Amino acid sequence: MAINPDFLGKTFSPSEPYEVSRAKLAEFADAIGDPNPVYRDRAAAQEAGFADVIAPPTFPIVISMASSSRALAEPGLNLNYAMVVHGEQRFEYSRPLHAGEVVTAQVTISDIRDVGRNSMMTTTTQISTVDGEHVCTAHSTLVERGGAA
Amino acid sequence: MSDQVTYDEVEVGTELAAVSYPATRLSLVKYCGASGDFNVIHWNERIAKSVGLPDVIAHGMFTMAQAGRFVTDWAGPKATVVEYGVRFSSPVVVPDDDIGATISVSGQVEEKLDGNRVALALTARAADTKVLTKARAVVRLP
Repeated sequence: MAINPDFLGKTFSPSEPYEVSRAKLAEFADAIGDPNPVYRDRAAAQEAGFADVIAPPTFPIVISMASSSRALAEPGLNLNYAMVVHGEQRFEYSRPLHAGEVVTAQVTISDIRDVGRNSMMTTTTQISTVDGEHVCTAHSTLVERGGAA
Repeated sequence: MSDQVTYDEVEVGTELAAVSYPATRLSLVKYCGASGDFNVIHWNERIAKSVGLPDVIAHGMFTMAQAGRFVTDWAGPKATVVEYGVRFSSPVVVPDDDIGATISVSGQVEEKLDGNRVALALTARAADTKVLTKARAVVRLP
């Protein structure tokens, strides 16, 4: 069964606030094998001109995935997660994300279409501080193999 | 801390030498935990094979992170990433041995933009297969 096109354009309510912790940034940097001190050493980050340690460029996926998983679990969406692979990913940044910030993520289903035998869905997630300052927009395209109607 | 590249010294067309990054089963387990993405195809060989994959595969975002590191290491600590996007064209298969897979990333300065921004075109390969296409990053340099 194909992904339900009725969900195209649906915007979900913003996520619960997410606090970016220094420990999580260091853990993520370790997991990607990146020893860059700006991700774990405040003095190094400040020397580079940042207020505190910053997040690696792909870290916002942690925040956007947590909130888009809510969208993927919507009853009636008909996305078969076992057959899903990540097709494309793009980030647009207003600035780096810093430790200590509290952000929310708001997900919109921005595209649903069939390509050959596959069904594709793109979510666009706006990540902003709780004060409303935009930090990053994440566009994620998921491909359901063999999902076309 | 790595050297700082400046906007004025960057030339369009400059090739950025390839760097190799390892991806082992341990890398993937750590990435599962740090990212919260526990999709079984990234750690369970039996299930990965049952859904038609050759073996356990790396998270696309793990590969994207390696190419991201390539960008930030080149750009230096005072640079900021403005845009970064990729298409995942082929999975990175990670065998259950002590070596795992090797992701080789290279790049080229594609364009100099206003506001001290520079666009890089990136290439990532594993086992001689392109694993990222349309990979592009825009960084703002001092």
